[in-house]
Amino acid sequence: MAFYIIRRISFALITLFLVSIIAFIIIQLPPGDATAVRLQILKSSGVYQSPEQIEQIRKDFGLDKPLYQQYFIWVGKMFQGDFGESFYYNTDVSEILKERIPYSLMLAFFSIVFIYIISTIAGVISALKQHSALDYSIGLISFLGLSIPDFLFALVLMFIFFKFFGISMGGFYSLEFRNAAWSFAKLADLVKHIWAPIIVIGAASTAFTIRVLRASMLDELRKPYVQVARSKGIPEAKIIFKYPMRLALNPIISTVGYVLPTVISGEMIVAYVMGLPTLGPALLNGALTQDMYLVGAIVMILSALTIFGTLVSDLLLIFADPRIKY
Amino acid sequence: MQIPVLNIDRLIEDEKKVEEKIKKKQRAREDLSYGRLIFIQFRKHKAAQIGMIVLILLYLIVIFADFVAPYDPQRRLKVQYIPPQTIHFFDEDNNFHLRPFVYGYKMETNKETFRRKYVIDTEKKYPLYFFVRGDSYKLWRIFDSDIHLFGVKGEGGLFLPFGSDQLGHDLFSQTVFGGRISLTIALIGVLIITMIGVIIGGISGFVGGTTDNLIQRFIEVIRSIPMIPLWMGIAAALPSNWPQSKVFISVVIIISLFGWTTLARVVRGKFISLREEDFIMAAKVNGSNQFQIILKHMIPNFIGYILVNMTITIPMMILGETALSFLGLGLRPPTISWGVLLQNAQGLQNLSFYPWLLIPGVFVIISVIAFNIIGDGLRDAFDPFAVTRR
Repeated sequence: MAFYIIRRISFALITLFLVSIIAFIIIQLPPGDATAVRLQILKSSGVYQSPEQIEQIRKDFGLDKPLYQQYFIWVGKMFQGDFGESFYYNTDVSEILKERIPYSLMLAFFSIVFIYIISTIAGVISALKQHSALDYSIGLISFLGLSIPDFLFALVLMFIFFKFFGISMGGFYSLEFRNAAWSFAKLADLVKHIWAPIIVIGAASTAFTIRVLRASMLDELRKPYVQVARSKGIPEAKIIFKYPMRLALNPIISTVGYVLPTVISGEMIVAYVMGLPTLGPALLNGALTQDMYLVGAIVMILSALTIFGTLVSDLLLIFADPRIKY
Repeated sequence: MQIPVLNIDRLIEDEKKVEEKIKKKQRAREDLSYGRLIFIQFRKHKAAQIGMIVLILLYLIVIFADFVAPYDPQRRLKVQYIPPQTIHFFDEDNNFHLRPFVYGYKMETNKETFRRKYVIDTEKKYPLYFFVRGDSYKLWRIFDSDIHLFGVKGEGGLFLPFGSDQLGHDLFSQTVFGGRISLTIALIGVLIITMIGVIIGGISGFVGGTTDNLIQRFIEVIRSIPMIPLWMGIAAALPSNWPQSKVFISVVIIISLFGWTTLARVVRGKFISLREEDFIMAAKVNGSNQFQIILKHMIPNFIGYILVNMTITIPMMILGETALSFLGLGLRPPTISWGVLLQNAQGLQNLSFYPWLLIPGVFVIISVIAFNIIGDGLRDAFDPFAVTRR
């Protein structure tokens, strides 16, 4: 088992390394180097740069060195918390990350909690009441959940709430709380706003997880030990909660590897549509203005978070399911 | 009184006949080709049938987009933000008209907000006709024509079943043409994905060893990265002055770049399990080369899985393109796709005043659902254990 843990951690590190290469490639992708956009801005504001000055700027950015050296400089700086600077937001990228990561994490965390609570309940119920009307309607709803693009879902939800309830959704807080200090009222306001993005982000993954849980629960219920328990006269509720349910819930941990990337991906778009101050809109603004250091940093951070989350879930599974042999 | 005699011989004969009949039926089923069996199984899936019909309709519409759309999608009709027109059979005095008609519009200015708004003008009626002459077009760049499936005749009349947008484009025509791009991108993307998936999965399964190991680890790496941020990052690099065709190809490549992993895994698994089969060994002994073995004996054995995978990947392609274009990172106007059209529906302001701008989204959902249902039906049809599961 120790061997497995070491292998799993080193695999995560390798993944992180590959992701950092991908992020670096993304930074390098646009034609021209990182100074090109800056020089363009300077030029348009009437500041003329002589070729020597341009050369100096390139040197300052380390752009005269070969590409692989630039990569190591970039990674090295990243370890010191320096992600370069964003000219769109006109600050250090790390400032933007510091401000937005907590919101992204919060949203992802609550979305995942939502996904697993709803899908556990719905999955187990539809397995226990297989072929009932309830089962079919859960199946139908989850089918729809898989088919509606999340940004469209967000738009429709916003439209319905605005049109019929006069509630304008968007942002995490109402106007009066936006700059207020933390208080109980502000927290209540946050709760009032956060459920909508959580549902939208969670919809697709919830639908997916319901299917997985239903299938695994059905598998367990058909096993002979359940029949034995029934023949012994153990109450049905006890039978279900004591064994099949515990086993059927293992997919909760093993699906994290799928759910986490989906949630992070969904959060990008939904946060933009609903105007939430998370990493999503920052990434989009960066992408639209080719602010590549910002884009590269966010891609890197999001992937790192996902990889870390998946690693934790894989390690948890060892303890949750002792039957797994490595 | 006659005593009924139990005729044993006859009973036995009867039983034999019944047995014969059952056997005949079984044999008839065995005689059916694999494809025929799957077809029968697929026909049992009613929802998939409906999905199939919907899809065929959708594709017919987008193939003949120029003919189905009443207007040139790029033409500005000088009427901005007209709400969808409803087709009437009864006029304001409740008189029945056999030929349906639409009312005209007149502009009114709200005296308080000064917002201009189009209201129905019951004075003007425009009857609808099939096969009307309108904007000229060149179908598939070959056939010149100006006949459209439906529309209104005469000057001044307009038929906008989905309303119009900010620039006065007919949203119905735009949706039809947008579908052409969105559905085509999905098809091209899925072909690319299938090719990459089969090749990489095949190599992984057939060669095995270290190559297999490396490819599998690589697939795991890809699967652990959130896709949308990655797509956004790559799409960010597309120069904004690129021509439409180049952007189109890049978007196809971006959304299919990492989508092949599921198929590659399935193909690998199939290759590994088939490698040990007797008939592969027999083919080898017979002197077939590896290429022949793969093409003739292995691929036909899992073509069903490939087909199922293609059907359930297409929705992901549609969603990917729509999301990217919606965010402004994919296709851009004047190219029309469902995602590009949905860009107009951003923001509460637009949504609350012009909710019909969301209509292209309905088509996204319909096509995604149709493909998903067909995928389900195909999976059941190809699944040998389908009977026990249902």
